[in-house]
Amino acid sequence: MDMKANKTKLGLKEKYAHMTRGLDWETTYQPKEKVFPQATFEGIKVHDWDKWEDPFRLTMDAYWKYQAEKERKLYAVLDAFAQNNGHLGITDARYLSAVKLFLTGISPLEYMAHRGFAAAGRNFPGVGPRVACLMQSIDEVRHAQTQIHAMSNYNKFYEGFHAGATNQIERVWYLSVPKSFFDDAFSAGPFEWMIAIGFSFEYVLTNLLFVPFMSGAAYNGDMATVTFGFSAQSDEARHMTLGLECIKFMLEQDPDNLPIVQKWIDKWAWRGIRVLSLVATMMDYMLPKRVMSWKEAWEIYFEQNGGALFNDLAKYGIKVPDCITQCTVDKEHLSHQLWLTLCTHGHAMGLHTWLPNAEEMGWLSAKYPNTFDKYYRPRFDKLREMADKGERFYTNTLPMLCQVCQIPMLFTEPDDPTKICYRESDYKGEKYHTCSDGCKHIFDDEPEKYIQSWLPVHQIYQGNCWPEGTDPTVEGFDPLAKYLEWCRIENGKDNGDYEGSGDQANFAAWRGVAIQNT
Amino acid sequence: MAVKALYDYEYTPADTQDKFHGNQLLYVGWDDHFMFAAPLALVLPPSATFSEFVDKYCTHSYGRHPDWAKIDFSKVVWLKSGQPFQPDMNKTLAELGLKHKDVLRLQTPGLNGSGTCF
Repeated sequence: MDMKANKTKLGLKEKYAHMTRGLDWETTYQPKEKVFPQATFEGIKVHDWDKWEDPFRLTMDAYWKYQAEKERKLYAVLDAFAQNNGHLGITDARYLSAVKLFLTGISPLEYMAHRGFAAAGRNFPGVGPRVACLMQSIDEVRHAQTQIHAMSNYNKFYEGFHAGATNQIERVWYLSVPKSFFDDAFSAGPFEWMIAIGFSFEYVLTNLLFVPFMSGAAYNGDMATVTFGFSAQSDEARHMTLGLECIKFMLEQDPDNLPIVQKWIDKWAWRGIRVLSLVATMMDYMLPKRVMSWKEAWEIYFEQNGGALFNDLAKYGIKVPDCITQCTVDKEHLSHQLWLTLCTHGHAMGLHTWLPNAEEMGWLSAKYPNTFDKYYRPRFDKLREMADKGERFYTNTLPMLCQVCQIPMLFTEPDDPTKICYRESDYKGEKYHTCSDGCKHIFDDEPEKYIQSWLPVHQIYQGNCWPEGTDPTVEGFDPLAKYLEWCRIENGKDNGDYEGSGDQANFAAWRGVAIQNT
Repeated sequence: MAVKALYDYEYTPADTQDKFHGNQLLYVGWDDHFMFAAPLALVLPPSATFSEFVDKYCTHSYGRHPDWAKIDFSKVVWLKSGQPFQPDMNKTLAELGLKHKDVLRLQTPGLNGSGTCF
């Protein structure tokens, strides 16, 4: 007997209903709270998950199709880039320090974001956010992979590209800054994760992270990274919308959620901004051809765009985080203070640093008329004087770190940029130091969490950061050399000043062959 | 405030003194000298005298700065956790009550990298 055939194709609306909301089911042999054990402990109250508005009406079958198409285009460009010696088209091999920072500091975070969104998707009882988190989780692992592939071409030619995601993210001292940021978020509950990463990082701060790196790539002739950026752009738009929907949903579900959400926004805005000081430094110092200053980016993307966002959220009772007053002061100082730190610790970095030249210092004083000449130019001049005498200065002692953000304690008092900001807390008989009121506040709120911080400086002093079998008691033991070996940083190749580096010499030689006859 | 968690959330701190092989941490910052971009973390035995701390450890770290040799240590100001602190150079860290992870700041009035805070 013939079966009566239904319509062969579902309408978009029906398909959407079946492939998102229709995937949910009621539990029968276990109570719901046992299936979703993480749904309530953070104190967020949700009364009706069906009120979740799916920000992107995307179904999994369409998702695969879009993503596959983007992959095909991306890998075609990457192949062309490799075959045409695209690496010789960049402005200068100094630019690659920005790429190394991205590859070692940001790409592993994409992978952590993949894990985090997978966990959030697993833990939300509502099917709407579950499907959205699933897609974002797959996006994030795709970003990690495509970034590594886009940048791997440089690994054939330049130093410092060989171990970022495999060894360095868990070992290198400045990479503990972004790593601990994500570990902090990942070890929270699913709702805090969504505010930390989904909202604060992907929505409020993304234009200050992603855009500077991608525009930096475009300005400096790095077609591989630019193409990755295009490939990720539509994903990022989806992620931003998810973050915003999530915060609105929490605020609309119950008035008791407001103080919890506000506390998380305050915390994660500050945590995120501290991580972004690495981006500030990249924008102001690491790009041979600059896009805009950190201060300008902050003013456009945070003060103007972020201001509009917080005006929009004001109807729910959300206030602009208190830390923004501090940020308004910091925008004039941050990048200079951090680059001075990186330059004087350049022997222990997995990328090259350099002192800005006269033209670059002119740009910096034009962009920072209130601070650069007054505070920072004299310090670079002194470092330059020492370098010219053959005494490029690298500090020989490990720095004190902030217990929360893990950045060396290099930031200054809100009212005096010539005084280091020291804050401390006592907890159960032990002292903890933080770099700012923002970080101290976060520590004091959850000390049990931050007393466990894996602070690289302390770990080195405890003897936990050498290759297996190292005997630190032998005569002439060189702790720095052993630490770098453990980090898979090749001493004398990956680190130190760009002036005189292999990257500089090779780039000049290869480019010379490309544009000259001798 | 306690961490909100699904279980009793209690952990041992990562950096207690017993993990430093008989030594302790002591942080020191030298005000107005940004050649050293951040305060330093030193590891040394609690039995070290304050003069050893200055002559051996601080000199190793700060000695390359031209101001270091010009310091008259009878005129400097030390701060411990931001409060004035008057060390007896011949006493040990333990005798002076300088505990694991205490922070000292050295102020050298008149010396500030020739006005540049370098």
